[in-house]
Parts: sequence; structure tokens; C-alpha cells
Amino acid sequence: MSTAIKVENLSKAYQLGTIGTGTLSRDLERWFAKVRGKEDPFMTIGEANDRSVKGASDIVLSLNNISFDIQQGDAVGIIGRNGAGKSTLLKLLSRVTSPTTGSIKVKGRIASLLEVGTGFHPELTGRENIFLNGAILGMRKKEIKRKFDEIVDFAGVERYIDTPVKRYSSGMYVRLAFAVAAHLESEILIVDEVLAVGDAEFQKKCLGKMGEVSKGEGRTVLFVSHNISSVRNLCTTGLLLVNGSLKAASTVNNVINEYVSTKKSSLVWEGRNGDDAIVITKTFISTNNKTEAFFTSDEIIITINLEILQNLGEIGVGFNILSSEHSPLARIFFNDYNDLNTLAIGKYEIIFTIPSYSLASGSYEVVFDISLPGIKKVNSDKVNLGFELSSESLIGNRYYNENVPGFNSLFRPNWFTVANKLQ
Amino acid sequence: MNEKLTISNQEWDLEIKPQNSAFDLHLSDVWKYRDLLGLLVRRDFVSFYKQTILGPIWFFVQPLVTTIMFTFIFGGLAKISTDKLPPPLFYMAGITAWNYFADCLTKTSTVFRDNADIFGKVYFPRLIMPLSIVLSNLVRFGVQFLLFLLVMAYYAFHGAAFHPTWAIALFPVVVILMAAMGLGAGMIISAMTTKYRDLAFLLAFGVQLLMYATTVIYPLSAAPPKYRWLIAANPMTELIETFRYGFLGTGSFNWPALGYSTLATIVFLFLGTIIFNKVEKSFVDTV
Repeated sequence: MSTAIKVENLSKAYQLGTIGTGTLSRDLERWFAKVRGKEDPFMTIGEANDRSVKGASDIVLSLNNISFDIQQGDAVGIIGRNGAGKSTLLKLLSRVTSPTTGSIKVKGRIASLLEVGTGFHPELTGRENIFLNGAILGMRKKEIKRKFDEIVDFAGVERYIDTPVKRYSSGMYVRLAFAVAAHLESEILIVDEVLAVGDAEFQKKCLGKMGEVSKGEGRTVLFVSHNISSVRNLCTTGLLLVNGSLKAASTVNNVINEYVSTKKSSLVWEGRNGDDAIVITKTFISTNNKTEAFFTSDEIIITINLEILQNLGEIGVGFNILSSEHSPLARIFFNDYNDLNTLAIGKYEIIFTIPSYSLASGSYEVVFDISLPGIKKVNSDKVNLGFELSSESLIGNRYYNENVPGFNSLFRPNWFTVANKLQ
Repeated sequence: MNEKLTISNQEWDLEIKPQNSAFDLHLSDVWKYRDLLGLLVRRDFVSFYKQTILGPIWFFVQPLVTTIMFTFIFGGLAKISTDKLPPPLFYMAGITAWNYFADCLTKTSTVFRDNADIFGKVYFPRLIMPLSIVLSNLVRFGVQFLLFLLVMAYYAFHGAAFHPTWAIALFPVVVILMAAMGLGAGMIISAMTTKYRDLAFLLAFGVQLLMYATTVIYPLSAAPPKYRWLIAANPMTELIETFRYGFLGTGSFNWPALGYSTLATIVFLFLGTIIFNKVEKSFVDTV
């Protein structure tokens, strides 16, 4: 086994705020420092990129002095919270932007999929776009020709191949785009969260294809995803990024455990988030008990305070519950079981209750989804919450099963009714 | 030290480092991606006329209407000399040639902004994009040039007094020089607009003004002697003059002037490529 990618002391600095005003003088200052062989006056080495803390300089290191090796044939999962530097790392690896310091050495051809369908032109037909997209990703024309039938077959769009892609459904569009990328002949494949789109069947197909690529063909795969269970399924090793630094590089299970344990629960958010029609002012999680801790025996109450400022059509107020591994467990809306579809102008408190003995112990995320259905999502991620459930009794205990990662007994509902003695 | 460098070069196929040399132009990479160049040109051509009624005829409309306007305003109202040529023919020669240069310049100058989404997601030699613009415009120029030949044939049939000269053989050179100049200047501007957007606004009317400083609507011989040197200092002037001299037999053609234009083009192209190459590495962060 040999090293496929060697990353040494890699850093990437970004400037915060606007770049327009005053940069000419700043550019000159920086240039003058460079000419004299001095350090960049606007870069403070060592300042971490923690977006929640205001830093002293307006230059942040999105990646801070990272070094690691990736062996050939490894499937590497890169995990971390939003803004941890995952995408920056992928951008550097795919040569979209260049590092501030350090180096990356690569053996073999890199194909990167930071987005599916890059360069697709809506007016061109599926056939024309396969060639254009393939060429953008670095394939030669004859290579695409050779794989053309395979690509069309994988995407399942034979009937539409001579139709402009603007007439495609979004699912077909994504399928075609992924199919082109999946058939690249490269030693290293970099994939960023593209699997978040497309239907479940196709997602499975993509994951299968990626597994095939890394296990069967011995190619190196780098995979960034928020979905921890697909990282666990696909990858053999993992990298954990925290605020731009490399926190852990080990087997995928170790890295995921490390990641899960660094997360904190947040029970309340207050502020103003939204637009000129709906503003969310507070989200919080509470229980019917009087203590700080949450138990499986408690009713868990999720409350959203919001202000409706305009008369609106249909609105959606709800949330998703995600497991500690980011697998979605439930999606709940306030109008699912009744004919409440809109709210008049005014202030509201919207309460959801998760009955006691529903969820097993563990940590959960509550990802809110307040939207004008089919038009736009109103809230941003900052209103999201998380909570930790423990069990006082044996009820709701969680039994880890090493063979079934991710989905082991998250639901512990109280469905027992009666034990009738029949004889 | 040198030995160590060779070993590591053999071992790794690619090394990504902060500051590559400004002269490392990845030209071999550009060659590797030549298929992409062809496909981009095809894309531009096909997508231009899809869902239009007139289709490729649109290529004719602009030069035709401009020629009629110029004939009316500059020939009819202002009565500017056209070197004894039929005015429509004179203007069309200038417009066809100038349009090619102007299109190359303006389209290239926004290449980073127009392609920010693609550039931000996938690597390919960035030089491919401006090259594809120049080639796409060449297709367009070819069509408009055909129109010019048709107009020429019409006037020849009606016995207008013009005589193509040997300089017609310089036509390919003139086209290449115009393309290279548009490309070079466009790349310089494109690289600078990623940081200072003001230049984009400046360019919009800058090109218009530049047209009047070039011999598009008047022959160099009609320029006031006081300002003639200024107009001749514009490297585009001699290219238009050579074009006109070759096809229509009038205009002030001379070798030193053409040599000057060639030199200017080389300087523009060289500077443009270097600056473009330098900016492409980090523009994703600033655009």
C-alpha cells in the first residue's frame, strides 16, 4: 500500500467582511511587507476559525496547519460541524483555490465532485451535456464516447437523451450529472455531499457505486457528508475537523465517536430570525419535570415563538428530529393532522409535545423547518436545538449493537397494552 | 537539493503549493483539455440561437443595422470621407473587423465573473475559457465576414470602384492579431475586475470610445494631422487599415505600423496570460 495523498502543514486564510473598499492601500501594504520579506501584516497565524467568537483580526484561517496522509484505496470520511473547514479542504484538494501555506502532493488523477452537473447548460440536450460535463471534469471525448451507453444506462434517462435538460425533472438532472461523474476514470475521487439530492433509490445507487469504487476498484475516495451513518457505511478511515484544525485521524468508528462526544446540547435560542413576513423570536425545549436533565420518562416540549407580519398563504411550521449520527428520525408539522394551514398576523407560540417513552436515551438534534411551502425556507440553522435524554429506569436504555451501527433502538415507545393470562 | 527535487517529481503526479511561478502557464494542461475547448465553442454557438425564431440570422442583423445607421449618420449627415469608397462597404469593413475585437475584449473581460460558479466547483485550466470565447467569436466573425463578402460582391457587380490588393493575404494575420489583442487586454481587465469591479463599468463605455479612436468610421487619411499620431498610436488602427487595404484597396497600410501593432499585441497577450494565470489561483476567494 502506498500513499496517495500527502498533505503537509496546510493552511488557508480567508478575509472576512467586504473586500472592496480600501483594499488597494491594504494590498500595497501587504505587497510592501512581502517585498521586504516580512510576514503578512494582516494574517495572525494561530487564530482559530470559531465563527461564534469574534476574533481580533478580520482574516481567519479556515484551515490551520493540517498534515495527514491518505493511503491508496482508502475510503476517507471527512466530518466536522458547519464551518470546520471541510469544504475548504476539498476545494484545495480539487485545485479550485490554492493554499496560503503548505503543500498537497498527489499521486494519480483526481476527479472531484463538489457539485453535480457543473457546467450543465439548460438549452443543450442530455447527450450534449454528457460530453460537455465529462470534458469539464477532465475526460477526453473518446473516453466519454466509450462510456456513453454505460452513463445513460446508469442514469436511466434513455428516453430523454435528446431533450434539452431544462425539460428534465430535477431528479433526472441529478441522476444524469452523477452518472457522468461516477464514470470518471480517476485514481482519486472527491465527493462533497452531492448525495443530499435525488430520491432514496438513487441515493442508494450512488452510495453503492461509491462503495464499489473504493472497495472493488481500489480507488481512493474522499467523502464529506453530514450524514454520519453513510460515512460509517462507506468509509474505512476518518478525519475530524474542528474549527479548521485536525482533531482526529483514525478509523472511521473512532473518529465518529470523537465527533459525537464533542457536541453540546442547546436547549434555547432567542433572537430574531426570518424575513419581512415571518420572524422567529425564540425556540426552546423543556420538559414537564422540574430538573435540568431530560429523562425518557418525560414529555418533551418543543416550542417555537414566532411573529407573523403579513397575511400569508399556506405556511409550514415544524421540525425534524435527527439522531446523534444525523439520521433523520421524524419530520413533524403543525398542520399534519388538522386543517390549520395558515396564521393571521400576530404573535404565536407553537407547541409540540413528544410523549414520554418515545425516544431512547441519547442525544438528538431538532432541526426546525419554518417555510412557505414550495416557495422558501424562512429560518436559518441558528435556531436549531439539541437535547440529551437519559434514562432513570431501565426503560429507554439504549442497547448498542456493534453490528448495526446508527439505528439501534432509538425508539422505545410504550406500546405494551396488557398481559392476559389465557389459561 | 536539486537531486531531491527530481526524486519527488518522479514520485508525485501533482503538487499543489501556494505560489507557483508566474511563468508556469500549464500549457500542457490546456492541450490535454482541448476537447473541452471544442465543446465549449459548440455550446456557445448552439445555445445562442436556441429558442429564437431567426436563429443564426441574428448574427447578420447587428452589423447590417449598424452599417445602415453609420451610412445615414456619418456618411449622410456628417459627410465624413470614406476614401471614395461606397459608404456602406467602407463602414461594414470597419464594423466587421472592429466587432470581432470588441466582442473578444468585452466577453473575455467578464470571464471570471461569468464563470464563477463553474470555476468555484471544478478545476480545469482556466485559460480554456477565454480561449473558447475567442474561438466562439471567430465563428460569429466568420458569419459576419461572409455577409461582408456578399455586400462586396453586390458592389462589384454594380461596378463600384474598389480593388482588392495583395495585402488580402495578410487577412489571417490580421484576424489572429485582433483575437490575440482582444484576448490579452480582456484577460488583464478580467483579472483586475475580480478585485475592483469599477473596471467593468469603465470598460462598457471605454470600448465605445475606443471605437471612435480607431479608424472604423473614418479613414486615417481624413484624421486631422494634429491628432493623427494619437490615432495611429492605437494598435487597433493599423489592423483595421490593413483589413480595409487588403479587401478594398484604400487605407494607409505600412509595414512599420503593422510591426508596431504586432509588438503591442504580443505585449498585451504576454502580460494578460501572466496576470490571468496569477489571479486564477485565488480569485475564487475574492470574486
